[in-house]
Formats: sequence, C-alpha cells, structure tokens
Amino acid sequence: MNDMYLAERAVDTQARPIKFKCSDVQVWYGDKHAIKDVSVDLEDKTVTAFIGPSGCGKSTFLRCLNRMNDTIPVAKVTGRMLLDGDDIYDRRVDPVQLRARVGMVFQKPNPFPKSIYDNVAYGPKIHGLARNKAELDVVVEKALRGAALWDEVKDRLQETGTGLSGGQQQRLCIARAVATAPEVLLMDEPCSALDPIATAQVEELIDELRETFSVVIVTHSMQQAARVSQKTAFFHLGNLVEYGSTDDIFTRPQDPRTESYISGRIG
Amino acid sequence: MPTFWIMITVLALAAAGFVVGRSQAVRAVSGNTRLLHSRPNYYGWNVALFTALPPLLLLLIWVLAQPAIVARAVEDHIPAEAIADNESRSLLMADVQRSATELGRAVSAGTLTEAEAAALTPLDKAAFDRLAKAGAKVSDTPHVLAAAQDYRSINKTAARLLTGLALALALGGMALALSRTVPEFRARNVVEQVVRGVLILCSLIAIATTVGIVLSLVFESYNFFRLYPWQDFFFGTEWTPSFGGGSKLGILPLLWGTLYISVIALLVAVPIGLFAAVYMSEYASQRVRSIVKPAIEVLAGIPTIVYGLFALVTVGPLIRDWLAMPLGLGNSASSVMTAGLVMGMMLIPFVSSLSDDIINAVPQSLRDGSLALGSTPSETIRQVVLPAALPGIVGAVLLAASRAIGETMIVVLGAGAMARISPNPFEAMTTITVKIVGQLTGDNDFASPETLVAFALGLTLFVITLGLNVFALYIVRKYREQYE
Repeated sequence: MNDMYLAERAVDTQARPIKFKCSDVQVWYGDKHAIKDVSVDLEDKTVTAFIGPSGCGKSTFLRCLNRMNDTIPVAKVTGRMLLDGDDIYDRRVDPVQLRARVGMVFQKPNPFPKSIYDNVAYGPKIHGLARNKAELDVVVEKALRGAALWDEVKDRLQETGTGLSGGQQQRLCIARAVATAPEVLLMDEPCSALDPIATAQVEELIDELRETFSVVIVTHSMQQAARVSQKTAFFHLGNLVEYGSTDDIFTRPQDPRTESYISGRIG
Repeated sequence: MPTFWIMITVLALAAAGFVVGRSQAVRAVSGNTRLLHSRPNYYGWNVALFTALPPLLLLLIWVLAQPAIVARAVEDHIPAEAIADNESRSLLMADVQRSATELGRAVSAGTLTEAEAAALTPLDKAAFDRLAKAGAKVSDTPHVLAAAQDYRSINKTAARLLTGLALALALGGMALALSRTVPEFRARNVVEQVVRGVLILCSLIAIATTVGIVLSLVFESYNFFRLYPWQDFFFGTEWTPSFGGGSKLGILPLLWGTLYISVIALLVAVPIGLFAAVYMSEYASQRVRSIVKPAIEVLAGIPTIVYGLFALVTVGPLIRDWLAMPLGLGNSASSVMTAGLVMGMMLIPFVSSLSDDIINAVPQSLRDGSLALGSTPSETIRQVVLPAALPGIVGAVLLAASRAIGETMIVVLGAGAMARISPNPFEAMTTITVKIVGQLTGDNDFASPETLVAFALGLTLFVITLGLNVFALYIVRKYREQYE
C-alpha cells in the first residue's frame, strides 16, 4: 500500500503556492525553549506531515499556526509566521478570525455534547455562513459528506454526537472543522485514538481534503506520514532537522538524525 | 461495679488480649511471620474483638432494658387504687426512683446503715428526722417506700449479675479466641468481617435516623389530622392560631411566604453565583482564582443568625427608606424583599462554588475544539461550556433552593412573623419554618392542634425539600454519566 501511494505521488510533485511562510520561529514555555529557530514554508493544497519523537515540538509548532498556544498563559512565541503574506502574530490580528481560516482537529475526538447536526452547524452558525435553515442544512450535509460520514449518520442527525464510535466521532470533528470553510486544516495526531479501520477511513479522507485545503498533520506513525503526505518535516529536540518531499525524506534522508529516526534507531 | 468501670475493665482486658494474641501467634511460628496466614496484628485484633464485643453488647442491651424490667417488678408494691391513670403512674414511679436514689445517697453519706435503709418504715420517726436533717427527701408513703427499697435491692442484684456476666463473657471470649490463635487461623478474614459489620452499622444509623425522624413526623401529623380537618390545613388561606380554640391553621399563607422568599433569594443567588463561577473558572488567572474563591466561600461560613442580624439592622431599614417608602409600597422594615435579598447573598457561595467545580469539570478539549473553530471565548462559554455543565448547574441551584426553603433565622429577623398572602414584596410575611418554631416554643399542651400543627408543617416541608433533593440528585447523576 505504501509503495502504491509513493508511486501515485510521483506524478504530483510540482511546486504549489506557499500558504504559510514561517521564519525564525521560537517558542518558550516559561523557561523551556520548545521550538528553536524553525523556518518552514508550507504549500497550499498539500498534506504536510510533521514527524519526530515525543516532545520534539511538532505539536507545539502546529498549535502556533492557529495561535492555540495563546490559551496557555506561559507560552511565548517570536519570529514571523505569514499566512498568505500576513503576519498572524501581528497585533492587529484577532486570533478568533485567524482560527476561522485555520481550523484544527485534535488528537482525541472532542465532539460537543450536542446533536450531530448541531456539532457540524456550530461553526457555520457562528460565522454566519448560512442565512437560513435550508442553507445550513446544505452546509451540514456537504461537510458530513466531505468527512465521509453522511451515509452513516444521515438518519440520526438529531442524536447526540458523543454516542458515535471513536472513528465516527473523529470524522464528525473533521466535518465540524470542514464546515467552517477554513483554508488550512491542522490535525494533531488525528488517528492516535482510533483503531486501524477508522484510521484507514480518516487517512483516505485526509487525502481527499487535499483537493480543497492545505492540510498539516502531526503524526507518530511514519507509515501514516508516508501514506498521506506529500511533504514531510522532521523535528528533533525543538529543531526542524529536515524538510522536503515525503519521498526524499523516507528514501534519501540528508541528515543522519532523520535517517536514524525513520529507520527506528531513535525516538 | 458501676457500668463505667465494667467498660474500662473490659477494654483493658481487650488490650491485654491484643498483646497476648499477637505474641502467641508470633511465638507459634518462632518469629517467622511469613508462616502465619494473616499479619500478626490481625491475631491481636481478633482476640481483642472477641474479648470486648460480647460484654459491650451485653452492657448496651442491659442498660437499655434494665429500667423497664425493674419498674415492672417494683410496680407490684403499688396498689391499683393509687394509680388513677397513666399520668399518675409515671409520677409515682418517678417518686419511687427518687426515693431510692436518696436512700442510696444517705447510706453512702453515713446517715443510715445499709441494714437501716433496707428495714426503714414510715413509722421510724428518728430515722426520718436524720434523713430530713441530711437533706434527703425520702417519701414516707408506705407503698412508695417499700417500692423504693425493693427497687434498690433489685438494682443492686442486677449490677452484681451484670458485672459477673460481663467479665465472664470477656474472659470466655478471650479464652476462645486464644485457643483459636494458631498459624493457620484466618484471623484477617474474621477481623475484616467485624470491620465490615461496623461499616454497615454506621450507614444503617444514618438511614435509621431518617426513618425515625419521618416516623415521628408522620405519627404526630396523624394526631394532628385527627383533631383538625386536612382540607382546612392544606387549602386554608388563614393562619390565626389561638390556644383558646377556634384556630384557623391554613398552610397556604405560610407556603406562599416560603416560596416567595425562596424565589427572590434564588433570583439573587443564581445569576450572581453563576456569573461569579464563570469568571472564576473561565477568565480569572490562577492567582486571582486562588484568592477570590476562598473569599466567596467565607460567605458560606457565616452563621445564618448573623445574616439575620444584617437583614434586621442594615438591609431592612435601607429597603424601607430607599425603596418601599418612596414607592408608597409600605413602611415595614421587615419584608419579603429584605429576607429574600439577604438569603440570596447567603446562597451565592453555594451556587458559585458548586457551579465553578462543575464548569471546571467540563473537559478542556471541548473549549479547545470550540476555540479552534474560530469562536470567541464568550461564544464558547455560552454555547459549549454552559450547556455541557447545565445539568450540574441545575443540580446546584436545586440544592440551593432546598436550603432556601428550609432557612429560618434570616426569615424571622428579616421578614417578620406575619402570615399573609400578598403580592407586595415590601410587606412582612413569614414562612413555614418560622411558624414551626413559633408553635413549639413556650409552655404548650402537646395534645392541642395548635402545637401538633408544627409536625404537619414539618412533614410538608420535608416532603418539599426531599422532592427537590431527589430531583437534584437525579440530575447530578445524569450529568456524571456524560463524560465517563
């Protein structure tokens, strides 16, 4: 399966426009220097995977991209992160507006204790993406179809979202994020709480989402990174060690640390 | 031997039993305690429990049963014609008991010898003179005196019997337990069974108390409803008790006052408490929270009588002078509004502290999920956090409501004691609890409906608050299931 994906992607390596341009990003948690001097350009309509051992800073860096680190009082971020050329850490930028453009799916499925419909409709309602109930119905259906969940839940939209299985919950969370119509979708280990079948469904979904969004995914599974991503960034101890096309990282790593990690010697 | 010393002796024997049992077990395996079935202390406890429990149980039963049995035995001395009815029987028995106690005291003070006390007759003037000089009031009615002497001798025999039995049981128990103290003996299982029994007993005591309270309420309420028609009680709109007869004892004015004051109190406490909780759990920094939360909880530690004083001295006059009089709604310093406001302040910490805990229990992942969709913190709180916490918050509010309904002191001092139904919140009204106190204080005949009505009121109140509590618990339990 791995080889199949790699073969498919060989066709697909032309450069795309840059969505996120990050330079010299530093993050401190209090005294701890969590991210050191990271510069990376994330492409549009591409799945970029962040890999690396636990505690290497990949999730921290991901959370910088939609300023979720703002909710942690001791976190401090410096450097420049440009989304379509605009600095997201500029004082005039409201993180609330930023997060509407850069959505996020978390490690553990976290559906709201509302109905399935209301879970998906939550974002569109807040951002006024639908003028009436009929439009909202369309948005919800589209998002659920986009998350490959529609056929399973179309007859029980009013049932509570917490009653779904783990994989369905995670796809519901993806549908919820998709419904808000973001430009970038961040995923923090979205499959780590799921069984292999649910993982396969979500991975398939991620590949489809690439048509519409720029997707950044943090993962512990190198097979997953190889399966779903076009670009891969390897983090180690807060540093971005290597960044390049997934093919190159997995077949011709430049840095000895990357090679040790992907061959299972560190991490 | 007096009961107290029997207890001390038994406990001392138990302590000795512990030491002996433990060392016997350890000696049986020559110090290698791993060969014992249980740890050495369990063998000690086993002996101690077998020594102490049977005599203590006997003591308990004896102390409870003795007075009734002795009284029954002594009653034979009292001629039937001396007992006019039940009341004078108990009076006579009290006289017998007192005479017996005084005789005992006279003997121990040396006024009489033991033989003289036993042989004392009403004709023995010299002895009675000495008794009177010593200040001992012994009845000189022949049958009472005879009964008192009998009472003393029976009690003395009983005490001797008890001492003997208790010590025999203690030593017997100890011997039995020691004979069973061998390495294979499952001492831990035995001790644990006893401990489990103690745990069960403790929980039963709480339940038994509730049952007892309810039974006493039901029983006295039944008496009340035999004297007073229940329709007039539950549907009467007038509350004018008079001990001379012709009382009107309708619960509706009291129920109205209770609910009116509680509603005002909740209207004050719920929004303020809830907003304080939202601030503390969602917006305040850790440092602010660590100061503000205990500060609010100080309110919960103030005795309600102090709130009552605050209502009487400060809030009442303030409301009268600045609200009621200018609006032309009355000139009473005690009013529903005063009591409601002050009670509301009392309830703030209940609502805020419980709600704060409940809001904090909402998983952070839900907040993150909402924020990551680009919603503002306030949208997150209103549309995700509060709905998720709602069942728990409702539970907190209902608990506060049952506090408000049962509150007495604030109402006495804040709202007065006038029973009436009026929509004007600046008039004095009163509640069920206040009237219960009012009907039971003073020197009253316990067989009149004016007194017994207190129990019917209490039962009604109990049913209302019980219903609220059950409802609150049901909701809280439902909430708990949600995140497990």
